[in-house]
Amino acid sequence: MNRVRVLRGVVGAAGFVAAVEAVGMSGLIDERFLPRMSTILVSAAGLIVDPDFLADATATVTAWALGLLLTVAVAVPAGLALGALPAVERAVRPLIEFLRPIPSVAIIPLAILLFSDNLHLRLAVILYASSWPVLMNAIYGVKDVDPLAKETLRSFGFGPVSVLLRVSLPSAAPFIATGVRVASGIAIILAVSAELLAGGAEGIGIFITEAASAGRIDLMLAATLWAGLFGVLSNAVLVAAERRLFRWHRVRSGSPR
Amino acid sequence: MLKITDLVHSYGSHRVLDGVSLSVAEGELVSVVGPSGCGKSTLLRSIAGLVRPSGGSILLGGRPIDRIPDNLAIVFQDYSRSLFPWMTAMSNVALPLRRRGLDRRRSREAAMAALDQVGLADAGGKYPWEMSGGMQQRVSIARALAYRPALLLMDEPFGSVDAQTREDLEDLVLRVCAHQGMTILLITHDIDESVYVGDRVIVLTRSPARVAADLEVGLGGSRDQIATRQLDEFVRLRAEVGRLVRGGSTTATTVLEQH
Ligand SMILES: Nc1ncnc2c1ncn2[C@@H]1O[C@H](COP(=O)(O)OP(=O)(O)OP(=O)(O)O)[C@@H](O)[C@H]1O
Ligand SMILES: [Mg+2]
Repeated sequence: MNRVRVLRGVVGAAGFVAAVEAVGMSGLIDERFLPRMSTILVSAAGLIVDPDFLADATATVTAWALGLLLTVAVAVPAGLALGALPAVERAVRPLIEFLRPIPSVAIIPLAILLFSDNLHLRLAVILYASSWPVLMNAIYGVKDVDPLAKETLRSFGFGPVSVLLRVSLPSAAPFIATGVRVASGIAIILAVSAELLAGGAEGIGIFITEAASAGRIDLMLAATLWAGLFGVLSNAVLVAAERRLFRWHRVRSGSPR
Repeated sequence: MLKITDLVHSYGSHRVLDGVSLSVAEGELVSVVGPSGCGKSTLLRSIAGLVRPSGGSILLGGRPIDRIPDNLAIVFQDYSRSLFPWMTAMSNVALPLRRRGLDRRRSREAAMAALDQVGLADAGGKYPWEMSGGMQQRVSIARALAYRPALLLMDEPFGSVDAQTREDLEDLVLRVCAHQGMTILLITHDIDESVYVGDRVIVLTRSPARVAADLEVGLGGSRDQIATRQLDEFVRLRAEVGRLVRGGSTTATTVLEQH
């Protein structure tokens, strides 16, 4: 079942690559603006052993990982607290509803003014942008906990904090994990965006900017390809982790194993 | 140990308990029967401090209930929702014991013993969603028994198990009550069961619930699934409770026994 789906995806991607290559070969497009697909792929393969690119990729992935960790460390406790304290949640709700729709990239210029250190800047914008899905899912998850599960623990003499950590948190964990997965995609977008807008010494965004100014569109697109692949891969890893960890949730909500 | 006086409860304008009075002595096993939907679970939740009744008083050990009482365990009617699906049966049973200060090893041993008592010695590693309804129900019974509460509240605890297991569990509850000095309030819709396990049977009226009768069960301490059920006293009480549950009038004998 799963293998068929993967196979279908591979066939789709290969078909797309072949089609673009065919258009490239037909000479319809000036290769100076859009290099052939085969050229991009060869450049992308070359990047794996390019120490400059590897340093840039490491910098971006580091910012992504630290930013995501920071997001979880801030947004999960905040979401638990807001989910458990409806009065506080109602008080901050208008603020959340105002801030959340602001396109996250729009805060990068502000962050540039506030942070002199490039890593701090990236972490700040990742934290801001990625927190929303984690926060919202944590609040929703905690509010959705079965009251009887909480009453069971209370009846055995557990206090409110124990109930929050031992029932609400595990119950909400599948929702929080989905939020983290969405946040992971946002974090990579914001990391590269911040590099593109704010500049700096290292990062995939920096590599892309430099390739563009050197007129190396093939390298530019090759780096972009790797950033995209990283997004796909991290998403797949997180999906697999969710499947393993939250089997009980899937069985319960009736979805297939 | 437990004294309930004129307990009244309404959900909104819907009156559920209409002046329920009863008392349970230390070490007693009292069964409560009543028609479906008459307010049995609400009564039990009030005792557990999970529902704040609209009126009347509940004294537990002489003190009014203002929060969830200490040293109490409940077997909920919705047993499957009261088990934690992210934990194995063993961990579900052991969790409350950790709060009692038992270390990991001792709480697991106690949990294992309780699972063994309900006939689930081999199922400790299973998750609730891997179990049948009857097995889940027994896990939640094991969890309450392992906790060794002073007061055990059970809400239709044997509804999903087969007849043979049900008899075993009834005898288990009788043993626990006798040997561990637990006080037990057991809600059931099964008239035979109410008489078989009870030191007393309290019959509630159709909604809104009042106490229709409070019957002493004169069957003595030791009960046997076959012999006890053949005794004249058992047959008489069963008929009596049956009539009362169906809304029949109180006969002369029950009026006498209410005092
Ligand atoms: N949380 C609630 N909010 C509103 N109404 C409720 C609530 N809980 C119970 N009721 C109503 O109160 C009445 C009594 O419910 P309760 O669960 O106490 O009855 P019961 O005797 O335990 O029923 P059963 O035999 O089906 O278990 C029912 O009419 C029910 O619909
Ligand atoms: Mg009920």
